[in-house]
Amino acid sequence: MSTTTETTYAPAAEMLGTVLAPGVKPPRPSAWSASLTFGWRAVLKIKHVPEQLFDVTAFPLMMTLMFTYLFGGALAGSPTEYLQFLLPGIMVTSVVMITMYTGVEVNKDIEKGVFDRFRTLPIWRPSTMVGYLLGDILRYTMASTVILLVGLVLGFRPQGGVVGVVIGILVLLGFSFAFSWIWTMFGLLLRSEKSVMGVSMLVLFPLTFLSNVYVEPSTMPGWLQVFVNVNPITHLVASVRSLMAGTPDAGELMWVLVASVLMIAVFGTLTMRLYNRK
Amino acid sequence: MPDPAIQTSGLVKVFGDTRAVDGLDLSVPSGSVYGVLGPNGAGKTTAVRMLATLLRPDGGEATVFGHDVVREADAVRSRVSLTGQYASVDEEMTGAENLILLGRLLGHRKPAAKERAAELLEAFGLTEAAGRQVKTYSGGMRRRIDIAASILNTPDLLFLDEPTTGLDPRSRNQVWDIVRVVVAHGTTVLLTTQYLEEADRLASRIAVIDHGKVIAEGTPGELKSSVGSGSVHVRLRDPATRGEAERLLAETLDAPVYLEADPVALTARITGDGAEAAQAARALGRLAEAGIVVDDFSLGQPSLDEVFLALTDHPATEEQAA
Repeated sequence: MSTTTETTYAPAAEMLGTVLAPGVKPPRPSAWSASLTFGWRAVLKIKHVPEQLFDVTAFPLMMTLMFTYLFGGALAGSPTEYLQFLLPGIMVTSVVMITMYTGVEVNKDIEKGVFDRFRTLPIWRPSTMVGYLLGDILRYTMASTVILLVGLVLGFRPQGGVVGVVIGILVLLGFSFAFSWIWTMFGLLLRSEKSVMGVSMLVLFPLTFLSNVYVEPSTMPGWLQVFVNVNPITHLVASVRSLMAGTPDAGELMWVLVASVLMIAVFGTLTMRLYNRK
Repeated sequence: MPDPAIQTSGLVKVFGDTRAVDGLDLSVPSGSVYGVLGPNGAGKTTAVRMLATLLRPDGGEATVFGHDVVREADAVRSRVSLTGQYASVDEEMTGAENLILLGRLLGHRKPAAKERAAELLEAFGLTEAAGRQVKTYSGGMRRRIDIAASILNTPDLLFLDEPTTGLDPRSRNQVWDIVRVVVAHGTTVLLTTQYLEEADRLASRIAVIDHGKVIAEGTPGELKSSVGSGSVHVRLRDPATRGEAERLLAETLDAPVYLEADPVALTARITGDGAEAAQAARALGRLAEAGIVVDDFSLGQPSLDEVFLALTDHPATEEQAA
């Protein structure tokens, strides 16, 4: 197929002339429109390589089953009882864990020529990065949905009802969007995909395990509680848990909001600085 | 007089200990192809990346259509487009998707972006391949989708960084034809190349750069006459006859003769104002009369290597080995 196209093509001056005729240049796209376009690119890439959805379906499924049955009996008497406590936390853990793929994607892309093209376009500079994150929000939504469905099948009965669960997931998505700017920064900063993965693990393991996801912090030694109580994941889990339980905790929600804004301000700025200097 | 498309003075870029671009002065008039000729590692790509706002210069000034590439980067970006050495399209996406993506990013609404993509695919002979991922394209097709992407918004200045390196002769000719049409429609093209022939065919002016500096500048004609308009290559049967052959060639051609590393090969650069062929024929005759057996004899344009040798006293291939 390629060879026929190859041998028969002869550039026709008239035809090229038509496409070159300077039409009216459209106005530059708005920041939002450019970001959405990059988000569309991320979705197209999922369409072309659907295998990559494995990590947002199989991984969360495994996490939920594993921890429910591993700790359920010991910690709460039965897996079903433990699930009422664990599910919001395991949802947060899974989604926060898969945020690291943002960094890996960015790192893979910057080595390619297409990044040069994006960087020479007269568009809102952060839109390339925001586009990645918009595509990722779709992935996070899929992971959350998988966990929720598995949870419901296993006996998770949230008191907050549909509204509480949906708002809980939206809070998680909002936080994950903000948190992902850490990975766009590392994706631009580090030299290889492997080092991005390495750093991600180093950050994500302590953040997700040293929190209130699996057990109540009050059972931990005092020095550990200090860390657990400042860990943003703890506050995120508390917020999501409170929403799904139908008892929204305004203080925790405020904490999550402030942390999210701060992360975007700090890591978003650092990301854009690296992006412009690359 | 319109603003020059590109104006640089004392442009510098340093990577570690290497001064990749070391005081580059260029003035590129608008409306034509300007060739930047040099071997690998001469600083061509680094210079282009600075002019396309991808790299920040460490010294000197550069303007594109009067806009400073650092302070007014956005104004520069709205007028230029870049086709890099490696395909500047997303290989995991199809040809059509790539063009639609760019169309949207340049401000077209979705229907207009789709229409523009279809037009470009057609004009570049890629309609059949529109729905295939770019990674399945041949080298020539990749180059075409890349150039199609670069002219989507009819830029005022197009950077083509070694557009034919690695292409087969047919694809190379296609790229040349496309470049000619693009320029005829008023886009200025900055073309970097390692091939003198390419610069000669397309460019109306050429800057030869080496170690990040311009070492010669002018029209292709001026450049070639500075190194001789023709180049005679001779291969002898018997290395023992080379001394005699050197003497005869120098005498007949009235030009310096170089002994090549190969013990049977000689090269002479001649300036004959159209009479090169006659001179070469006379030289061949003298060699035959003297009973020297010649296995191979050719007259051609000076190669980049010879231009370099003449301008710098070192061959271009020195850097290529690095």
